[in-house]
Amino acid sequence: MNRLWSANRLTYAALAVTALLSVFPIYWMFVVASRSSDAMGQIPPPVTPGGNLGANISRLFANTDAYFLTGLINSAIVAVTVTVSVVFFSTLAGFAFAKLRFQGRNALLLVIIATMMVPTQLGVIPLYLLMTKLNWNDRLPAVIVPALVTGFGVFMMRQYASQAVSTELIEAARIDGCGTARIYWNVVLPALRPAAAVLGLLTFMTTWNDFLWPYAVLNDPENPTVQLSLRALSDGYYQDMSQVFTGTAIATLPLLLVFVLFGRQIIGGIMEGAVKA
Amino acid sequence: MSVQLDARPPVRPAVRGSARQLWEYRLSRLDEKYSPYLYIAPFFLLFGVFGAYPLAYTFWVSLHDWDLLATEHQFVGGENYSRLLADPDFWHSLTNTLGIFVISTVPQLLGALWLASLLNRRLRARTTWRMAVLVPNVTSTAAVAIVFGVLFGRQFGMINWLLDLVGVGAIDWKANRFASWVAISAMVDWRWTGYNALIFLAAMQAIPRDLYESAAIDGASRARQFWSITVPLLKPTIIFAVIVSTIGGLQLFTEPRMFHSGTNPIRGGSLRESQTMTMYMFENAFAPHYNFGYGSAVAWLLFALIAIVAAINVVVLRRLGGVDRPTRTRRPRKERSR
Repeated sequence: MNRLWSANRLTYAALAVTALLSVFPIYWMFVVASRSSDAMGQIPPPVTPGGNLGANISRLFANTDAYFLTGLINSAIVAVTVTVSVVFFSTLAGFAFAKLRFQGRNALLLVIIATMMVPTQLGVIPLYLLMTKLNWNDRLPAVIVPALVTGFGVFMMRQYASQAVSTELIEAARIDGCGTARIYWNVVLPALRPAAAVLGLLTFMTTWNDFLWPYAVLNDPENPTVQLSLRALSDGYYQDMSQVFTGTAIATLPLLLVFVLFGRQIIGGIMEGAVKA
Repeated sequence: MSVQLDARPPVRPAVRGSARQLWEYRLSRLDEKYSPYLYIAPFFLLFGVFGAYPLAYTFWVSLHDWDLLATEHQFVGGENYSRLLADPDFWHSLTNTLGIFVISTVPQLLGALWLASLLNRRLRARTTWRMAVLVPNVTSTAAVAIVFGVLFGRQFGMINWLLDLVGVGAIDWKANRFASWVAISAMVDWRWTGYNALIFLAAMQAIPRDLYESAAIDGASRARQFWSITVPLLKPTIIFAVIVSTIGGLQLFTEPRMFHSGTNPIRGGSLRESQTMTMYMFENAFAPHYNFGYGSAVAWLLFALIAIVAAINVVVLRRLGGVDRPTRTRRPRKERSR
């Protein structure tokens, strides 16, 4: 008997329709981005790319309302900093929870799991007041610092470390006189690399996408993240949709690139996490 | 406790030689004992300052008449809350939030179950299919909301054009309240159905095959197997997905905010057709009103709503779908390749 159900034509047809629905809005974003602004008024709507992409891009970067280039640079700074930091602190804490003995370990781990369920987004108002006190309003530290380490990251690394890092190896290193920091750097971090990479990818994408908190705290239109540039484009009185769509396409491109290159690992990470959670 | 144990010298170091060796020994004891706390400290520090404290402080702010420019914040007790409970715009946003939540979450989770059962078959190009269903989840939410806003346009939107082809008249997706809920739910489902399908797929692969084989021998149809084996065994995962969807769905902000453009999009349409509670919190706490006290009261009522809906979901789901199995079979650690 088969271990798995076979897939018939109907299965493939259903999957193909789903895939089409998934991909179409993204594809169409690039179609409109490559056409002139009158594409929006056409019936039937255009579904093939045009030749206007270059012109749209230069108009987008020349747009004095959107500060699109600043937005791209800011988003890159924020996303890269947060990603490096989340991976570093999460692997460190995950290692401690999985492999080191200390008082209150299990209770503290439970606290971390509980924090993942807390809708911290509802704390934006005091967070905004806090940033005003720190004089971080309108500045990038306001979106970077609160995101430097996440409960999700710590928990994910802890789960992976408890099975991927060998306790014997750690003990052997200790007998050889390695301090805990060196054990982390030379033994644990190399073993955690696959999971740390997935965490890094997921963190990069979430941070690049983040909208609500930057929207609250970065009010200076001249210093946006790329998502806020999109808002400025979309809310403008004068709407040139091919230019707006060029913005959305460029803002989506880094995410798609990461996904195309590392999709297999990202899927693996999501599915592994699901079984363990 | 362990500190006390250390106060009396338990084992003398094996090497009592030079002072330097003793120093090194002490250092390594300190390292073993305290470095774990050092390693986990960043999370607790950051979460405390930027997560837990603001959330708790929101409650304190909500008890005050607190706005941007005033230097004095007068304590008003429950006044913000009583005003809020008499505020029709608040109830309007609550209805919108629950409406969008229901019409997005139910089809989303059912669709994800169905999609997972398709992906669980023996497929050619397995990874490609999985990537295709996940790709909406990795796109930029704000960007996609803009695209959907155009797809659902009244005059030139592709959805209305398609509806016209099958003889349905144009729908004003942004000005009709229910239609705007449907459009925003479509956006949410587009993003999250594939993601949840992969979560369900992972759980499905943990179900032992022989359960299905014996059911097939007993003559159970494939549909019967799905509802009598797959769904009950997936219950913990389904509950997990429902809770995550509840927490995220009730805080919905970016999609409805970016779906609308023009003047005052934070109101979610000229008659607040799709203003969610988080949007209402923003409208009051930030531009244009900057009334932090009132906005904080919205935040806390939303927090309460999330807790209540999540609890109801758990209770209802526990009841549904028969008995819990006493022993749950765990999947072997390595993913089976197929």
